[in-house]
Amino acid sequence: MRFSFPVLVGKALGGHRTWPRQWRDPEPKPTYDVIIVGAGGHGLATAYYLAKEHGIRNVAVLEKGWLGGGNTGRNTTIIRSNYLCEESEALYEHAMKLWDGLSHELNYNVMYSPRGVMMLAHNEHDVRVTKRHVHANRLAGIDNEWLDPAEAKAFCPILNVDPRLRYPVLGAALQRRGGVARHDAVAWGYARGADSLGVDIIQNCEVTGISRNFAGRVTGVETTRGPISARRVGIVAAGHTSVLMAMAGVRMPLESFPLQALVSEPVKPVMPCVVMSNSVHAYMSQSDKGELVIGAGTDAYTSYSQTGGLHIARHTLEAITELFPVTRRLRMLRSWGGIVDVTPDRSPIIGATPVPGLYVNCGWGTGGFKATPGSGHVFAATIARDEPHPVAAPFTLERFTTGRLIDEAAAAAVSH
Amino acid sequence: MTRERLPATEEPFRLASGGRIDRTGRITFSFDGNVYYGRPGDTLASALLANGVHLVGRSFKYHRPRGILSAGSEESNALVTVRRDWRRATPNLRATEVEIYEGLAAESQNRWPSLERDAASINDRVSGLFPAGFYYKTFMGPKSLGRAGRATWKRLYEPAIRRMAGLGRAPIDADPDRYASRYAHCDVLVIGAGPAGLAAALAAAEAGASVILADEQAEPGGSLLSETHVRIDGAPAWDWLAATLQRLSSFDRVRVLPRTTVFGAYPDRMLGLVERISDHLAAPDANVPRERLWQVRAREIVLASGTIERPLVFPDNDRPGIMLAESVATYLHRYAVIAGTHAVVVAASDDAYAVAADLVGHGVRVERIVDVRETAGRAARDLVEAAGIGVTSGAVVLGTRGRRRVSAVDVAHAEARSESIACDVVLMSAGRQPTLHLFSQLRGRLAWQEDRQALMPVAAIDHVHLAGAVAVAGGTIGAALESGFNAGETAARTTGASAALPRVPLADADPPAWLETAPAPRAVRVARGRAFVDFQNDVTTKDIRIATHEGFRSIEHVKRYTTTGMATDQGKTSNVNALGVVAGALDVDIAALGHTTFRPPFTPVSFGALAGECRNQLFDPVRLTPIDPSARARGAVFEAVGQWQRARYYPRVGEDMRTAVDRECRAVRASVGIFDGSTLGKIEVAGPGAAEFLDRIYVNNLVNLTVGRCRYAVMLSEAGYVMDDGIVARLARDRFHVTTTTGGAAGVLAHMEDYLQTEFTDLQCWLTSVTEQWGVIAVQGPKAREVLAPLVEDVDLSVSALPHMALAEGRILDVPMRLFRVSFTGELGYEVNVPAGHARAVWDEILKRAEALDGAPYGTEAMHVLRAEKGYVIVGQESDGTVTPADLGLPTGAAKRDFVGKRSLSRPDMVKPGRPELVGLECMDGGGPLEEGLQLTQIPDPPAGTPASGYVTSSYYSATLDRPIALALVSGGRARIGDTVFAPMPKGARQVRIVAPVFYDPKGGRLHV
Amino acid sequence: MLLIRCPFCEEDRPEVEFRYAGEAHIARPSDPAGESDGAWADFLYLRTNPKGWHAERWHHVHGCGRFLNAVRHTVTDRIAATYKPGEARPDPGRPDGEANR
Repeated sequence: MRFSFPVLVGKALGGHRTWPRQWRDPEPKPTYDVIIVGAGGHGLATAYYLAKEHGIRNVAVLEKGWLGGGNTGRNTTIIRSNYLCEESEALYEHAMKLWDGLSHELNYNVMYSPRGVMMLAHNEHDVRVTKRHVHANRLAGIDNEWLDPAEAKAFCPILNVDPRLRYPVLGAALQRRGGVARHDAVAWGYARGADSLGVDIIQNCEVTGISRNFAGRVTGVETTRGPISARRVGIVAAGHTSVLMAMAGVRMPLESFPLQALVSEPVKPVMPCVVMSNSVHAYMSQSDKGELVIGAGTDAYTSYSQTGGLHIARHTLEAITELFPVTRRLRMLRSWGGIVDVTPDRSPIIGATPVPGLYVNCGWGTGGFKATPGSGHVFAATIARDEPHPVAAPFTLERFTTGRLIDEAAAAAVSH
Repeated sequence: MTRERLPATEEPFRLASGGRIDRTGRITFSFDGNVYYGRPGDTLASALLANGVHLVGRSFKYHRPRGILSAGSEESNALVTVRRDWRRATPNLRATEVEIYEGLAAESQNRWPSLERDAASINDRVSGLFPAGFYYKTFMGPKSLGRAGRATWKRLYEPAIRRMAGLGRAPIDADPDRYASRYAHCDVLVIGAGPAGLAAALAAAEAGASVILADEQAEPGGSLLSETHVRIDGAPAWDWLAATLQRLSSFDRVRVLPRTTVFGAYPDRMLGLVERISDHLAAPDANVPRERLWQVRAREIVLASGTIERPLVFPDNDRPGIMLAESVATYLHRYAVIAGTHAVVVAASDDAYAVAADLVGHGVRVERIVDVRETAGRAARDLVEAAGIGVTSGAVVLGTRGRRRVSAVDVAHAEARSESIACDVVLMSAGRQPTLHLFSQLRGRLAWQEDRQALMPVAAIDHVHLAGAVAVAGGTIGAALESGFNAGETAARTTGASAALPRVPLADADPPAWLETAPAPRAVRVARGRAFVDFQNDVTTKDIRIATHEGFRSIEHVKRYTTTGMATDQGKTSNVNALGVVAGALDVDIAALGHTTFRPPFTPVSFGALAGECRNQLFDPVRLTPIDPSARARGAVFEAVGQWQRARYYPRVGEDMRTAVDRECRAVRASVGIFDGSTLGKIEVAGPGAAEFLDRIYVNNLVNLTVGRCRYAVMLSEAGYVMDDGIVARLARDRFHVTTTTGGAAGVLAHMEDYLQTEFTDLQCWLTSVTEQWGVIAVQGPKAREVLAPLVEDVDLSVSALPHMALAEGRILDVPMRLFRVSFTGELGYEVNVPAGHARAVWDEILKRAEALDGAPYGTEAMHVLRAEKGYVIVGQESDGTVTPADLGLPTGAAKRDFVGKRSLSRPDMVKPGRPELVGLECMDGGGPLEEGLQLTQIPDPPAGTPASGYVTSSYYSATLDRPIALALVSGGRARIGDTVFAPMPKGARQVRIVAPVFYDPKGGRLHV
Repeated sequence: MLLIRCPFCEEDRPEVEFRYAGEAHIARPSDPAGESDGAWADFLYLRTNPKGWHAERWHHVHGCGRFLNAVRHTVTDRIAATYKPGEARPDPGRPDGEANR
């Protein structure tokens, strides 16, 4: 059934008793054409595009918990495509274009809000790196413009551009098309869409083994709800990839770190855009519910605990309250953590693995949410055609052997 | 509209005696502009209730009138903004926690134009349009309109939604208050100062342990503060409370922290506490911090955090005047306030019966006890019968009446299909949920226990002791005292405290334990109206059923879809009821649902308290060189390089940066320049294995470096990328002085220690960071020797004795010196290293000499230009962590067998053609310097998405050459020298030619004089 | 904030005195030139990243400056033991991630 205002009014008159299920709760079939492991945003998007664009509907998405309960439900919802490397630019722009029409595509309001993402520069090194991004983006056809401090403040009035700050704002790069979306709605929208096309989403079904035949080819998975066979299996489970890939005998260049985030109590609108500062580790936006959504850096050590130290939250709030002085009296309402899989070059791995029939989509680190539609789209194409989508092609597992790293963080991190 | 008015009757609902308020004092405060009287010791909620004010807010979505629900931090309705002055407005405060002071001004929130007449209350009438998740189903804009349709979300719907969202307003100006922070260690941290916590603290202290006792309320005492029946050790409870606090304060090793919330538990029993210091004071001292963060490392924890009462879920259970029963008792006994004059008690547990009897004892008419259970406990029934209160059992609440104040409860029972009972206050009690948030954060597991009708711990956890009502919900005061005392003793003994203890405090005249509680609501019959589960977010049972009907079947999904439990109270009064309703809708046991995770903070904590003193210049340590005061005295303009402050240029009067830098560069090349290089990292590498170690860790051959010589050295990561560079100087066969970049110093030392300690364990070699021990003065230019010669002792500066890249140890101005003849400018150059304490004096003398010879100080900007003219790379500018030494034209160590990074250099993508290579650029269009970071392309107007051929890494105006110069990394650049490429800009492309990456003195003759 | 027992200082010290230094017992090949590209990449980048007991390195950078090893459970974050480089990896604690100490 299509969602729309007239439908909402109609259902209201009926006391909202007849809304259909947004997705079924089917028993797993013994076999499918494709199994996607992980019902987060990326996995559900993959299943959706497999069905929608490639006509592959005999698909199961297996989820050990409840769909969207991993990083998709824990991130700070930032969307942008202003990356430095050409391969990354192509990947995140691909996603950006899909974000633009996603609510209509899914007939689900994901509340995509292109309110602008501003990246701050606090020293000469930052300025150089940021301007390099601006120039590279311009060449790639990605909107990114340099602002001086006064212009940055005009765009975000509560930003403190006082030159006497310990690390004052020397300028910023603004991507106007960047913004936020409602993370849960993305998972639910893709789930509803995939389900309506015949995809089985099977929750509370944990993969406990990956089966292969004598030739080493994938034949299916073992789960807590029994074995399920399939010739193609895609692993899309952030925070659990190493564990799953180990079941197929594949070691990965991944380390999983806790990533903390927090929200303030909801207040009336005060923050019109997204502001990010890599130098002082502060990332902030305001959700449509009124909460200020603030991201921190990763804890220092690998962990699957989804918790972290108080010093991490303190560190980011020190920066937030300096950059946005009016927030000092606001209060942290809730903090939480996710598990991010980090690769050596902080760029994802999308594509085939040494095991025939096994595909992996992982390593998005702290930047996976923004890529959700693009990631699902190119991963679906890669699985459907058994050959990499051109946008996904550079992000191979092999690049670590040949030395063709796609290193986004290096430029920002190295100061002299 | 609000208007000032003098109160007609003072505190009409305050009892003539009783309570813990200070009747000798009188406080004037205002709420929405109306002036009222209260007493010291009142909260805003108790004072408003004393004045008969129940309407205090409007709900989030439907803007329904809301009153005070509770008496504590679990409050979900009574949120106010307190405005101390124009800079100190704090939104979203719970009126039940705000302590009134003379002149306090509070306002209600989320209403316009007034609390009484809120325009948005129309939402309530069309609430059918706003079920859970309605915004996902609409507001997308007409699909047929394509892009324009989508724009309606962005331009029209979303701004409207955002304006409706949020409760209070953020302050509009910076917070002038200070926030402090402390660390503390203790043997036993006791959380909660009710009877169990006090007993635990007492026992632990008597045993000899160090104790911190924290309670979120203004006064320690917890449930004892509203306890007027019980006697402890033969005395009234309040007397025992005072005596216990007195006893605790007699121990130096005990710290009692009222107004302090333990908000979070972190790894290895570090707990976060926030102490509220001045918000309750009428005129706080400006030097006193507003709040203090405590980070406490406790060896043992006693959790005595009590319970939170559950509301009942029935239609229209949210009107002002409908309150938690235990809270009404608190207002009665602690604040001497009656919440109304004729009450109805809606009970699903025996607790409410005792409150009903108490109310009658204080002159309140209790019209009826409406019990949704078939029967109450014997003791409860006897109690209310003696008080003459009628009880209707097996009842169903059909709804309530009254818009801005409850006026009646409609019930159905055996004798009547619908009976309306008039009242002005409704008490509800549906059992208690132990407050186990911290237990969960300490990784204790919880599960639903059907017999207790509560989430309870599955098993104990090490070092954590539960005491009192949190462990045994509904237990007696006596049981709390005993369990607390035992917990405190056990905790103390675990830490080794061994002193003998007095006996456990004994309670008598204790009310019997009320344990019988109805099951959490599973099916609520809603004929009309709505039954609220989460008051603040306006989530009803209908919303939850819609969610489960639509397929949201896990409690986390229901929570996110309906937003139940996600308001500022974080579900303290709604989570369990939500579990019950979901279980009913799915027809499963509550235990099967699990529960949502408890996350810090327990109650909201201000950003200011968490940020503490890290503001302005205390935000991050400032690292200054020993020469800094002289540079500042000169008017140098500084730039931040990491934590360091470095002089960027030294403008003379009237000079801008460009003029100053040009002058500085010319001075260096014409006579001499003086530069503060003290921020560079310095590591002393010593031992028989030192040379071998350096040889293994750098690209260059260092094992054969002659004593008394320096060599430029490149460091790679094991992955083969350029990581850092510097000078390696051999002072002796087994002693080296190694420099690093300013920003890379700590990383290089860690990298070296890593290999030395864990890989190259065969080598005898030791590293010492001496970055801050040596001040470094670079003297660069044709007159450099002339400047230094008279100042140095026993060092022969002639070119034969000290050629380029040689070193000498001696003295300068009677101070020890390491002198390196190295140059980052391409001129005759020395780096004078002196002990940091002498650096400024030596700098001043050298500068005096230099200026007498037409020299000048120069900063980092001129340094950048001068080195670029020579094509010297700067790690982090020409490299970005992704380039190899070959890319930069640096030594590749091809002849060496192995060093860190060597193997990686031969990986296919590290050697393939087309790699970025360091080149120079000359502008062909007569324009100014190129912008750094500009991309380089083959054609001036490439289509979007064209890969770049390279980019500009460094770009300056060269005063030496009187034209712009630039360095760049270009794919296969060395073979393209002479080619023309373009640098596209927004308004047209620059045209540049690729040249060799050296612009000045390519043969280096000027270095060897 | 984790407490880590430095085996050199012989004291429990808070996490902020240390820098995490990755998985332990990944020995640098003694003859890098003899390693294939694949094997060399394995050494550089492949990590076990287990959900369970993990042998890892910490650098006591704001303390004694020594590198030490630890066995920590990556779900409970409990540290079962710390030991010096070169010593054998001790038995971890209980399978559920709770430490024996």
